[in-house]
Amino acid sequence: MTPATAAQTIGPYWHLIDDPALADLTRFGAAGTRLVLAGRLLDGDGAPVADACVELWQASPAADERFPGYGRCATGADGGFRFVTLKPGPVPGRGNTLQAPHLALNILARGILTRLYTRAYFAGEALNATDPLLALVEDPARRASLVASPDGPDGWRLDIRLQGPGESVFIEI
Amino acid sequence: MTGTLGFRAAAPGSQPDNDSPDYGSTRLRHPTQPLLRFAHTITEATGPRFSPAQFPPLADMSTVDGKAALGERIIVHGRVTDEDGRPVPQTMIELWQANAAGRYHHPGDQHDAPLDPHFRGAGRVFTDAEGWYRFVSIKPGAYPWRNHPNAWRPNHIHYSLFGAGFATRLITQMYFPGDPLLPLDPVYNAVPDPAHRQRLVAMFDLAATQPDWALGYRFDIVLRGPAATPMENAGPEHEA
Repeated sequence: MTPATAAQTIGPYWHLIDDPALADLTRFGAAGTRLVLAGRLLDGDGAPVADACVELWQASPAADERFPGYGRCATGADGGFRFVTLKPGPVPGRGNTLQAPHLALNILARGILTRLYTRAYFAGEALNATDPLLALVEDPARRASLVASPDGPDGWRLDIRLQGPGESVFIEI
Repeated sequence: MTGTLGFRAAAPGSQPDNDSPDYGSTRLRHPTQPLLRFAHTITEATGPRFSPAQFPPLADMSTVDGKAALGERIIVHGRVTDEDGRPVPQTMIELWQANAAGRYHHPGDQHDAPLDPHFRGAGRVFTDAEGWYRFVSIKPGAYPWRNHPNAWRPNHIHYSLFGAGFATRLITQMYFPGDPLLPLDPVYNAVPDPAHRQRLVAMFDLAATQPDWALGYRFDIVLRGPAATPMENAGPEHEA
């Protein structure tokens, strides 16, 4: 067995491969309930991380020709990112468990050598109470870092803090 | 869950720690709390698929509008496999790099080195059925950065790969053999085990070198492999 190749930082110039269209997962006309996830990425001083790549993946709804399931967004000067996608449904967990609706997020940036992985859940979902991942986060304040808040009719907001007060929960992947 | 066993954990010493003080930008960007341990589910075990129809390949970065970029032309090829040596077929590889003078075609790069109108520095290729890929470019130059006094990044090409699931996502950099800047580079040195670090350095490949045209390099990439086969899978919960 040969272990996986080492990761290296995406660096500050990754925008050479970016296409802003990738932040809109509905661009091929997928049908479903529209969802906008927006937030800011902040460093250990609370300053915006303006050169990051935020990636989104969702297993639900299942990807097909009209729905890529994957999005990518460059953070702006204010650390902001914004995805337009479809609302995910519950997906199976390990054993006979059910996972609450969630989005998977990768954070890649200068100063991040190995991608940071986290999830966005949605406030008010009944299944959050029994979600196997959320259940592992005992501190309610930390758990809240994984849960987006409603923001307008189809909007959700989740700020991601890389370090320090309010540090987001990052997940081993 | 059935059919979704996830991927193997990183081998000790094979991956850089995000808390790497010699690389200054990590200081305010690494989490201080331990990562939450959670066995892979469908979310991590599945991942995006990209097709050449939607993401057209750009396998020759050495020309723009038919005009040749300045610099030493190179051919880079290699194989993408998983940790068990199985080829990763039809997976997308995204590439980006500085020009021969050590400057990126990017507004954020203000290094006092010339831009080359015939070099943009972004490419995209797909592996074939056996995991092989190949592209043509020019050798990127070294460039200064502000990490420490007189800091220079070694020549490198950035790689982005996806593989079979979101867990296999890999962003890395390919380096060139014999680069005197490598032992001084905190990004390269952030990989703890020197043997795994060395695997980021391409090999000069005379067989891939095209006479009177371009030098060849080989760079193989390994993506994470399945955690276990279904037969061996006594209980996925125990993988956490």
